[in-house]
Amino acid sequence: MPLAAAITDVQQLKNHPAVARLLAWKSDAIEGVRFDREEMTIHVDRSNIRDACALLKEDPACPFNFLSDLTCVDWYPAEPRFEVVYHLLSIPNKERVRLKVKLNSSSPAVESVTSVWAGANFFEREVFDLFGVRFTGHPYLRRILMPEDWEGHPLRKDYPVEGYR
Amino acid sequence: MILNMGPQHPSTHGVLRVILEIDGENVVRIMPDIGYLHTGIEKTCEAKFYQQVVPLTDRIDYLCPLTNNLCYCLAVEKLLGLEIPPKAQWLRVLLNELTRINSHLVWLGTHALDIGAMTVFLYCFREREEILKMFEMVSGQRMMTSYFRVGGIALEPPLGFFDRVRDFAGYFPEKVDEYENLLTGNPIWLMRTKGVATMTAEDALALGATGPTLRGSGVDIDLRRDMPYSSYEKFQFKVPLSQDGDVFARYMCRVQELRESIGIVRQALDGMPEGPIKADAPGVVLPDREKMKTQMEALIYHFKIITEGFAVPAGEVYQAVESPRGEMGYYVVSDGTAKPYRVHMRSACFANLQTLAKMCEGRLIADVVAAIGSIDIVLGEIDR
Repeated sequence: MPLAAAITDVQQLKNHPAVARLLAWKSDAIEGVRFDREEMTIHVDRSNIRDACALLKEDPACPFNFLSDLTCVDWYPAEPRFEVVYHLLSIPNKERVRLKVKLNSSSPAVESVTSVWAGANFFEREVFDLFGVRFTGHPYLRRILMPEDWEGHPLRKDYPVEGYR
Repeated sequence: MILNMGPQHPSTHGVLRVILEIDGENVVRIMPDIGYLHTGIEKTCEAKFYQQVVPLTDRIDYLCPLTNNLCYCLAVEKLLGLEIPPKAQWLRVLLNELTRINSHLVWLGTHALDIGAMTVFLYCFREREEILKMFEMVSGQRMMTSYFRVGGIALEPPLGFFDRVRDFAGYFPEKVDEYENLLTGNPIWLMRTKGVATMTAEDALALGATGPTLRGSGVDIDLRRDMPYSSYEKFQFKVPLSQDGDVFARYMCRVQELRESIGIVRQALDGMPEGPIKADAPGVVLPDREKMKTQMEALIYHFKIITEGFAVPAGEVYQAVESPRGEMGYYVVSDGTAKPYRVHMRSACFANLQTLAKMCEGRLIADVVAAIGSIDIVLGEIDR
């Protein structure tokens, strides 16, 4: 079964509940969108992400009240290097959406969403531990999987698979 | 006083370290410390071909290995745009539900053992032995089965497999009655679990809990019914729900899930379609052994797939399934080559563990043991 082509035009996708809500809030909130393999991805600027998440959570038409996943992808050596990915799920409407924030390698920091969903706590700690992305406003940003005295961020692309020790 | 519980502890179900700040017998603060089982599986996946990642996925949530296989295979099949034949889908559902029963039996046995009921542990493992023998029949392995492949199932199930599953489905509901006889009306069990470690629905949703941990608090979401995958929409089953939010509510949800799962297994046996077990995609799916020995193209495809892997078109996919613990998701990012660029496992227990603080602060130490058991954690999934 051949794959349908990806749609990246905001005008064609503006009826999706998340896209419509973000466009209604600020016309420049959405930096890019992609509808590929039946999944909606919205690129958001890092200064807007916490407000965008809070808005989508409280949206009366389609409340994205559940944070499924928060992770990061390292696109070394391309810039912007890090891409923090948020997977939201609307339990009443059974809809999913993916939000992405691009960060440069010089200052990989973004505002924490623990004030929106308390469950982002462990996920943000894991991204900090394995990628080195800082989350401002996080109540306890420490390493979670690696030992406390570990140096380096293992899931970065310039960290070898075999490790250093 | 600050007390350390674990990482070596019989009741933490793995290498979980819980730092307790206690005042007498009451817990003032609780903080889980994880990472003792971290083996860098996500990093290793980036160095393997797509088909080589399947055995790695077994070891993530080692109590439901087939569910991990299923989630990963569904994600890669979504990336490729492959259509899976109905027989493979129904077999996947059948084995997935047997895995759910398997996992819940371990949960029930160890949870009851922590609280003091040792007989239930031995009874549960007696049934689990039969399921492990069925897995061995079909894949050669008791636990780390790796039976699903990108594109379908690895091998045809052997003759006698379906009869064996049917026999098991015949006597299993009485065994669930046996476990309930020992626990559900038992005054000691009720005192240890009713009203213990309660959590409201808002807290559970905010903390990211899924599965029976969330359904025990009254939020009705089950990915098999609400966002079906692999032909789950063709099966009839109820999703147990409870409004109480305590350990007993989560226990009842899971025990009823045992009954529903065996019902799904029976439906899968009765309606099993005929047909191929692998998708029609010669560049992705290994050819039949006999064809590989007699036809030139099949031999070349076999060689290419094993030595070079198959390239997956660039893109990303988040595929979630309902594992026995909750929402297990795989986020697979592909850059067009034969090795995945990033594989992230959203493990259900990682998020569920965050609810421990909410459940246990202000309660007794003994309730911490009951709460850890009721969340049903598997450290392999938490640490990866």
